[in-house]
Amino acid sequence: MAEAAAKLEELSPVLSINNIEVVYDEVIQVLRGVSIDVPQGQIVTLLGPNGAGKSTTLKAISGLLKTENGEVTKGDISFMGQRIDSKSAEDVVRDGIFQVMEGRRIIEDMTVIENLKLGAYTRSDNEINQDIEMVFQYFPRLKERTGLAGYLSGGEQQMLAIGRAMMARPKMICLDEPSMGLSPLLVKEVFGIIEKINKEQGITMLLVEQNANYALKAADYGYIMEGGKIVLDGTKEQLLNNEDVKEFYLGGGNETRKSFKNLKSYKRRKRWL
Amino acid sequence: MNFELLLQLIINGLIVGLLYGVVGMCFVLVYKSTQIVNFAQGEFLLVGAWVCWALLIYLELPFFVGFLLSLAFMAVFGVMLQMIVLRPMIGEPIISVIMVTIGLSIFFQSLVKWIFGVSPQSYPQVFDTQSISIFGLNIELAYLMSTVIALIIMIGFYFFFKHSKHGLAMRATAFDQQVAQSLGISVKQVFAMSWGIAATVSATAGVVIGMVNGVSNSLSAIGIKVFPAVILGGLDSIVGAIVGGITIGILENVAEFFDSQYLHIGNMYDIAPFYVLLIILWFKPYGFFGTRDIERI
Repeated sequence: MAEAAAKLEELSPVLSINNIEVVYDEVIQVLRGVSIDVPQGQIVTLLGPNGAGKSTTLKAISGLLKTENGEVTKGDISFMGQRIDSKSAEDVVRDGIFQVMEGRRIIEDMTVIENLKLGAYTRSDNEINQDIEMVFQYFPRLKERTGLAGYLSGGEQQMLAIGRAMMARPKMICLDEPSMGLSPLLVKEVFGIIEKINKEQGITMLLVEQNANYALKAADYGYIMEGGKIVLDGTKEQLLNNEDVKEFYLGGGNETRKSFKNLKSYKRRKRWL
Repeated sequence: MNFELLLQLIINGLIVGLLYGVVGMCFVLVYKSTQIVNFAQGEFLLVGAWVCWALLIYLELPFFVGFLLSLAFMAVFGVMLQMIVLRPMIGEPIISVIMVTIGLSIFFQSLVKWIFGVSPQSYPQVFDTQSISIFGLNIELAYLMSTVIALIIMIGFYFFFKHSKHGLAMRATAFDQQVAQSLGISVKQVFAMSWGIAATVSATAGVVIGMVNGVSNSLSAIGIKVFPAVILGGLDSIVGAIVGGITIGILENVAEFFDSQYLHIGNMYDIAPFYVLLIILWFKPYGFFGTRDIERI
């Protein structure tokens, strides 16, 4: 009985997005009813082509939408039982959700250490130096870099961005395209570390990616988004074995070459919420 | 050539230059964190110095009590100014915001004239002895105090921006406001804080200059004189503001010296910094320390 309850607790979503619609500049509708559940301690990935609304979904969660004149006009987002869709970005960080924005966005004219310290801005305890050491254990190569963060390589900047997120001791990290602009080897390394952080620190991850192959391998659950809607979702295994996903996102698919003539889009298969 | 006079003038220039540097730092602070070119910078000195004068004369407080009280007043003044006048201007065109600061400058100059009159006043005697002699040079104690205060402020700024959480948050906001917000920093709070600091620190400079030259409405001219200093150093560089301030301070004294000895053009003290401003804008529009964006290698 207790075990079952614990199991249920574990699987109940820490973040749940319920049918949200997002409009930019009061006229441009980007999300048309998106629902996502992120269970405690898991890695959930959100895949989809450019312009599908993945980054917008993350910004809706983190409250950064408001800085870009966007607005959640319908639906709600709740984190650990609390509505967060009308909160400011600062408050969402304080609630425990930290977004690593697309393109790293580290502070280039500061050193690695200063960037990491800024990650801990919302904290007021005095274990910040310990946590910097902890981040260096995950990313040993950052420790050697003493110059300005702007001169780090792309991979190191991504590591710094993730490390900076860890400094806030968040309950959940939203990663926006961590693989962007990285070489395949580095992508592998970064994803390995993301999985490690998830397991060891118990930080829930929501991972937006274009690189479906790596993202699905790292994730427990996946959502596929197109044109502002979720068109498909499933566990890692379901998605990896789905013909459409193979065809569109993983490359390859069936042994026989397909032609566009007999292509049946899964868009036609209706998915309600 | 009168070397002793020249040396004395250079030292005077250094002392005044440090204060220009302090005011310049405040200007850069506001510019960096809020992207506002603050034409009302000089009025912070003016209001601060007059408030301190009023506290000392009317309430007859001891100097340092009055000084600290007026600084506290200016901190609130700066924050309120940002919250009431400039916060609604966020997102408006830069030229509108500049017009607002020019308006503020005129408003406070007039307000101060209305309340305190137009004749210069002086603070009560602070030190018993007027001046001390170091290496045969006469140095007024007030000057010495101003140098010490300027140096303390500069060191304070360094530690604030390098090591304190709020200093780092200000730098982050200056770099990219959206990133700052994603880190949990309240940009509004940072804006208010930067105006509060700028007002307080400028007022310190205002009081110190007031101790030497007396409190008068010409204090607001420092706000304009800071422009050559800041542009020389680069608009977004705190170090540049200090170097620029010292350079301008020495330069105007040396220019005055050569003018009075040889050239006899007149009024070089006030004009020379602006010649420099022209030349700098011509050859090095980013100043000597101003940064363009870092290019990743």
